[in-house]
Amino acid sequence: MTDQSLWSSAAPIENLRRRAAIIAAIRGFFAGKDVLEVDTPVMSNAAVSDPYINTVECRYQPLVGGDVEMKYLQSSPEYAMKRLLASGSGAIYQISKAFRNGEVGRRHNPEFSMLEWYRPEYDHRRLMTEVAELLLPLLGLSQATEYSYAQVFETHLGIDPHSASVDQLRTIAAEHIDSNYEDDNRDNWLNLLMSHVIEPRLAGEGAVFVYDYPASQAALAKVSEDAQGRAVAERFELFVHGVELANGYHELTDATEQARRFAADNRQRRAENLPERPVDDLLIAALEHGMPDCAGVAVGIDRLVMQAIGTDNIADVIAFPLPRA
Amino acid sequence: MANYSTNQFKNGLKVMIDGDPCSMVDVEFVKPGKGQAFTRVKMKNLMSGRTWERTFKSGESVEGADVMDTDMEYLYNDGEMWHFMDPKSYEQVAADKTAIGDAHLWLKEQDACQVTLFNGNPISVTPPNFVELEVVETDPGLKGDTAQGGSKPATLQSGAVVRVPLFIERGEVLKIDTRTGEYVSRA
Repeated sequence: MTDQSLWSSAAPIENLRRRAAIIAAIRGFFAGKDVLEVDTPVMSNAAVSDPYINTVECRYQPLVGGDVEMKYLQSSPEYAMKRLLASGSGAIYQISKAFRNGEVGRRHNPEFSMLEWYRPEYDHRRLMTEVAELLLPLLGLSQATEYSYAQVFETHLGIDPHSASVDQLRTIAAEHIDSNYEDDNRDNWLNLLMSHVIEPRLAGEGAVFVYDYPASQAALAKVSEDAQGRAVAERFELFVHGVELANGYHELTDATEQARRFAADNRQRRAENLPERPVDDLLIAALEHGMPDCAGVAVGIDRLVMQAIGTDNIADVIAFPLPRA
Repeated sequence: MANYSTNQFKNGLKVMIDGDPCSMVDVEFVKPGKGQAFTRVKMKNLMSGRTWERTFKSGESVEGADVMDTDMEYLYNDGEMWHFMDPKSYEQVAADKTAIGDAHLWLKEQDACQVTLFNGNPISVTPPNFVELEVVETDPGLKGDTAQGGSKPATLQSGAVVRVPLFIERGEVLKIDTRTGEYVSRA
């Protein structure tokens, strides 16, 4: 590719037509179900606390030429949409841009498109049904398989991910992955095994939901007990041909627990020498006021279009990925 | 040598892995939505030729390898080593059997080759894509046979044996594709 060609669309125009048709179908789906389309700020005062999501920071000047205030480009509209739910919005969806520092590769662009929706009175299992109802027809798939997180680890690696020790995980990882990787954090080992060993094996199964993640990976999901009495996060992910497409929760509504998790995220950030983040007090306040019991999910639109078209390169579905932006 | 961090990884970057110079063949950023980022690299060991996948944690760094691809002229084989010369500096290097690999089948004196040097020593030799070599031995050509028909083995001046059309005679110079080891045409 010469520099001369950087002005033009990376994605073939035909693919952009397909992308537009998919987005139109999504809007049609929610219009038919009376789910309200909403719009929340892309630039906000607080950033997400997840240790491994690096927010893009930006410099805002209330007085041009004056002092600079730090703002953040959203990595997901989750916090703001929850404040809308607490404001009494009822079921809502949003198609928006999200930003993540450092995430660039075949399946990642630092600026990407996200579909997120929330369903009052749903739990994560009921929302999985609706995710399949919306996405499978767009992908030409007729059904999705469902496995618990414990099931995929038992089937593919022969271990219980809820009880395996760091040493066990390290030993199993060494059998499958060549790396100098060292870490004392169990979840990091589980993520390594999930992304390097299990996801590629799910590739042959079409659409696969994995649900009931370890409680330690709850993020913003409720925690409950599974049939074996193990603490699990009421969270699911959808993989299509081995590619992560959606992440959903039966949402945490407890303000005290949410504040505790934000603090825990910042403790982990300190331990790993990552910048700490201001706690989003407005989300905590909304939860204190009361957010309806609900389930919510985020879907990567670019990856959805990639799967619909059958490409493994995000540049085939984005007109101007970062190098051309 | 410089160290390279995962965000500098790219195809073709040469690094030291477990004491051997390796080349990155395919670099992929991998990140579970809520998890740590990794860089997964398909790596080729330049000494053994073995390719495999290695995973790096984001931010991990590796030492660069002092590997250089150099255009050189093939001089001669002394029975044990193959000798090459840099046409600009006139410096000479000698490649052993491991480094030369199958390339010796296609070497003709004074031809230009690409020699990969590691710390100044040759570790691999890539002949030109097409070479012209003389047939030193083959069954006599069949009169009247043209482009059609079968093939026969012919031994070339470099020692390589290739399948050639039946009409090819000893003493003819042939054009060979070194990537496939196949006869292309008469030179």
